[in-house]
Amino acid sequence: MSSVMANNKTTNKAANQMIKQKGFAIDLKTWGPFVALVVLALLGVLINPAFLGLDNLSNMLTRSAFIGIIAIGATFVITAGGLDLSVGAMAAFIAGVMIILMNSLVEQFGAGLTTVLFGVGASLLLGLCAGFINGMVTTKGKIEAFIVTLGTMGIYRSLVTYLADGGTLTLDWAVRDIYRPMYYGSFLGITIPVWVFLFVAIVGYILLNYTRFGRYCFAIGSNEKVAEYSAIHVDRIKTMTYMLQGVCVALATIIYVPRLGSASGATGVLWELEAIAAVIIGGTMLKGGHGRIWGTVVGAIMLTMIGNILNLTDAISNYLNGTVQGIIIIVAVYLQRASWRKAAP
Amino acid sequence: MRTIKTAVKACVTTAALTSAIGLSGAAVAQEYTIGVSIPAATHGWTGGVNYHAEEAKKRLEALYPDIEITISTAGTAGEQANDLEDLVSLRNIDALVVLPFESGPLTDPVRRVKESGVFVTVVDRGLTEEGIQDLYVAGNNHELGRVSGEYIRERLDDQGDIVVLRGIPTVIDDERVQGFQEAIEGSEVNILDMQHANWNRDDGFEVMQDYLSRFDNIDAVWAQDDDIALGVIEAVRQADREDELFIVGGAGMKDIIKRVMDGDELVPVDVLYPPAMIATAMDLTVQHFVSNGPVLGEYILGSPLITQENAEQYYFPDSPF
Repeated sequence: MSSVMANNKTTNKAANQMIKQKGFAIDLKTWGPFVALVVLALLGVLINPAFLGLDNLSNMLTRSAFIGIIAIGATFVITAGGLDLSVGAMAAFIAGVMIILMNSLVEQFGAGLTTVLFGVGASLLLGLCAGFINGMVTTKGKIEAFIVTLGTMGIYRSLVTYLADGGTLTLDWAVRDIYRPMYYGSFLGITIPVWVFLFVAIVGYILLNYTRFGRYCFAIGSNEKVAEYSAIHVDRIKTMTYMLQGVCVALATIIYVPRLGSASGATGVLWELEAIAAVIIGGTMLKGGHGRIWGTVVGAIMLTMIGNILNLTDAISNYLNGTVQGIIIIVAVYLQRASWRKAAP
Repeated sequence: MRTIKTAVKACVTTAALTSAIGLSGAAVAQEYTIGVSIPAATHGWTGGVNYHAEEAKKRLEALYPDIEITISTAGTAGEQANDLEDLVSLRNIDALVVLPFESGPLTDPVRRVKESGVFVTVVDRGLTEEGIQDLYVAGNNHELGRVSGEYIRERLDDQGDIVVLRGIPTVIDDERVQGFQEAIEGSEVNILDMQHANWNRDDGFEVMQDYLSRFDNIDAVWAQDDDIALGVIEAVRQADREDELFIVGGAGMKDIIKRVMDGDELVPVDVLYPPAMIATAMDLTVQHFVSNGPVLGEYILGSPLITQENAEQYYFPDSPF
């Protein structure tokens, strides 16, 4: 709802649309992803009561945190009319550098908190830089975001393979034990990754809907030229969205590394598509101009839930997992689009 | 310079090929170029293949000054097909050692290489058509499944509940599972479920987490692959159920071999499917040129059970895998 309000402030057109779409249409548009999530959860319970087990729910939410956090960053990029395909490879690269750095710092600082903090700091810095590069090349170099991030995707992916010598980088055991609670630990019964996910979602929500930066993202995504004529620093804002995306990737990596303590060329493969899917399922438009953080959160949880449910049953042939996933994603998006396609002029 | 060098080499080799084979032992120093085409190091096992190919190249070139080995890596099946064309037309290879990305799409490109008169060694993944290769070197996937199944059956005294994590849906995975199922047939060992974990750590972790929340009692896990096994270990550790079960992986990754060596209760054994088979293939291919013994047919590696007693001979701490 409030995302619609934010739109309202930017353009009159959005305001008109809001009036036109009053009633059920708006409800389904906003609640579509939530409805789909509930239906999916019911399906999960029907298939296997173990779905509702506290452990299972906790596992699932914790798992969804990686894609979820990355997808929140992607919501900004996509809302502002951009696209970032490099996130999965970036996560793998950052994870690789973190592991190498922490392993080499063990000699100097010992396997302590200092070493871990250095790793975390390096991760955030790298994410910020990587995002800055994506943003600058896209805006100043005037190259399509698709091409730029496809390029950086290949670069980061091969860099991590190179760093790992084609194998797997493994975190020092002693450091791992100190760092481990970042993934496996919990606070008030909820695991740390879920807290981080929640925190990022709240900050993202405020940033997108209640700040000038957020409104600029909507404006640029709706019409870049108009935004430019309205004295918005389009290049700067767009670069900032990529940097925000970079930080989100860094945060996701920080909670990913302690899970298995390793990184390889196979880390984070296809995360970019999952993140984009989560964003779109959540109701953000791929062509930009409209974004919804809570939708993205639900989208990310849904994607993980599909995989989880498929693991809980042997009724469906394993070979068809992709088919089930594909159908559910398309239906989920159709559910929310169907109502407002009618209302569209 | 380089082009001149290759051109000269091309002349030398074509001259050698067109002239009688009897010349090869004569005063003219005969040089052989061996092309090695392997998948790029995109996951642990292929990383090991790359490492062992480089090691074998260094060793063989030092041993035989007349042998030149060129290694090319490909990220996709299509890329590999291009590589094969380049190896023939640009590098003028006398022999090809190829670990096909996928069997189907590469059968025809390899056949074309063979038709240009090159000695062909196929490694690990067989071509879909018989009679193309001169030599076939491979691990035994069926055997890997059988050995794993027999160990689990024995260890559980013919009864118990187990879960299976499969690889990427391919022929390799099918053969392993088939061998495994044959081995436990007739026993009371019951497979609770099989899901694909795609030879990937993260997937192994997630699938195992779900198994653990779904089944209250699991006696053993067949992870089939060491990358999957590492993910499984973490999931079991998280659920605090280390005492209830044991895990059998496969391949021979150094981290897992190390655990077996150290007597880890959770990972008591491993089953070998070594990436070093690429070195075996290269060795044999070189023998075709330097030995008076015939090098032809099939060379199938065993898939021995690695236990604490023999683990040391399979441990390569310097390998990335």
